[in-house]
Amino acid sequence: MIYEEPRLLAGGDRAIFVEFGDAIHPELNRRVRHLMLAIAREKIPGVIETVPTYRSLLVYFEPLEISARKLKDTLRRLAQSAGEIELAKPRLIEIPTAYGGEYGPDLEFVAAHNNLTPQEVIQLHTSANYLIYMIGFMPGFPYLGGMSPKIAAPRLETPRTKIPAGSVGIAGTQTGIYPMESPGGWRLIGRTPLKLFDPSREPPALFQAGDYLTFTSITPEEFNRIKEAVEQGKYSAKVTLME
Amino acid sequence: METFEVLQPGPLSTIQDLGRFGYQQYGVPPSGALDEYAFRIGNMLVGNAENAPSLEITLFGCRLRALRDTVVAITGADLGASLNGKPIPRWESIPIRRGDIISFPRLNSGCRAYLAVSGGFDVPRVMSSAATYTKAGIGGLEGRALRRGDILHTANPPAPREGIRVPPEYIPEYHHQNELRVILGPQDDHFTKEGIRTFLQAEYTISAQADRMGYRLEGPRIEHKLKADIISDGIPPGAVQVPGDGLPIILLADRQTTGGYTKIATVLSIDLPKLAQAKPGDQVRFRQVTEDEALGYLKEYQQKLQTLRRWLQNSPA
Repeated sequence: MIYEEPRLLAGGDRAIFVEFGDAIHPELNRRVRHLMLAIAREKIPGVIETVPTYRSLLVYFEPLEISARKLKDTLRRLAQSAGEIELAKPRLIEIPTAYGGEYGPDLEFVAAHNNLTPQEVIQLHTSANYLIYMIGFMPGFPYLGGMSPKIAAPRLETPRTKIPAGSVGIAGTQTGIYPMESPGGWRLIGRTPLKLFDPSREPPALFQAGDYLTFTSITPEEFNRIKEAVEQGKYSAKVTLME
Repeated sequence: METFEVLQPGPLSTIQDLGRFGYQQYGVPPSGALDEYAFRIGNMLVGNAENAPSLEITLFGCRLRALRDTVVAITGADLGASLNGKPIPRWESIPIRRGDIISFPRLNSGCRAYLAVSGGFDVPRVMSSAATYTKAGIGGLEGRALRRGDILHTANPPAPREGIRVPPEYIPEYHHQNELRVILGPQDDHFTKEGIRTFLQAEYTISAQADRMGYRLEGPRIEHKLKADIISDGIPPGAVQVPGDGLPIILLADRQTTGGYTKIATVLSIDLPKLAQAKPGDQVRFRQVTEDEALGYLKEYQQKLQTLRRWLQNSPA
């Protein structure tokens, strides 16, 4: 559901939410990114940073440089005209992933849960382009849309205490990648040797909201080879522009 | 320059600045000092830029040995600070000699003390900030809390300033009961009238689950209209999240940047230092203010800080 007029909601005395609707939908998300870009272009004094999410943009500001009232007027105006800005073509980033075995201990479970073979799960998982709606939860964690409901699976009842960085998982109808070692309850189907998040890189994440990801199946040998190249700084992720 | 050796780190001592901004879109929270007021004044006292990296010392137990002469200021919580066993005042710049031992042996009031040092702690900037975010191992000293045996370096000091004191009216007292002013929203419309009334009238106790990410509160349950889940959106500092169990969580500097629970209100930025000095077992109440009132309070606060800034700059060293 898209609102006729965006709703401006207070996030305390130093932040304003601009909410475009109440649904997970690419069109809503596109409006969020439009506004983010419009704000960046306008270089509004007093705006500190913006955080794009599924259906709203959180705008942080310094109230002594720009009042909430004035900022809201500006945001309303920009939200109206933001659609005229042409967004760059989305990038498609390839995530090489080793499926099953030690890399994806829950692949068999996800297959059995959906009456599929592990090979069919891999086939379905690698055949989609996933929109990155937002990054959150932990540094570099992408919230992806577009997974086939045929490979949906419930979370673990007891989360694992330690999941290796790069793990690719499924929770309900969502798929995602853990950018760093962490506890977690997603069903793990594979792992990528790519470094999704590197604090010393600028920008630190391999992708941003609005980009798309696609997974390709690799062998354990390829996993090791890519991992080594990544560690030596010799691997660049394959990125193409989408039409 | 090697300036301190960590003899005892205490439960959680981290290097912080005023925060890391511009990276929430990549899922990186700002981190930074939880009590920005005490943090800024510490740096003012030793003549640093207000954002200079300082030590945030949580609760008691931290002990440091000076490896060279310097000047420090301790602000924030009263952790019984002593120099070679003798009590030293807070909110004042103090000369330190090589071999001196600074310790924080007990909790008298508050929760977090700040140790500002002339020149500021010298750590690499990660994403333009020195703030430690331990959960992802980012910033500060190797992305982690201090450990015994760590050597802390400081940057080139400004002209030495010692014996400078903050006037008493600027020194906060920390209480076990705290009123936090809030602006309702962004999801106050997800709560019943009764739920909002409960939130604004009840007294809540800070639970044992209280850290730099957020404070979980215990007390009367806040009633939702339908559900506690929303489509995930951003989380500003001070946001009061109410999950399905109806018990509020106030989110702080190390919070997740996005979340999927309803947020009933947001604590005013200038009231967060008060919360940073409250600890498990202390009580909080919420009072609703309008956005215009909040701006008025913020201006008052900034003016007060500006007066202090000028006063300290002109204070004879």
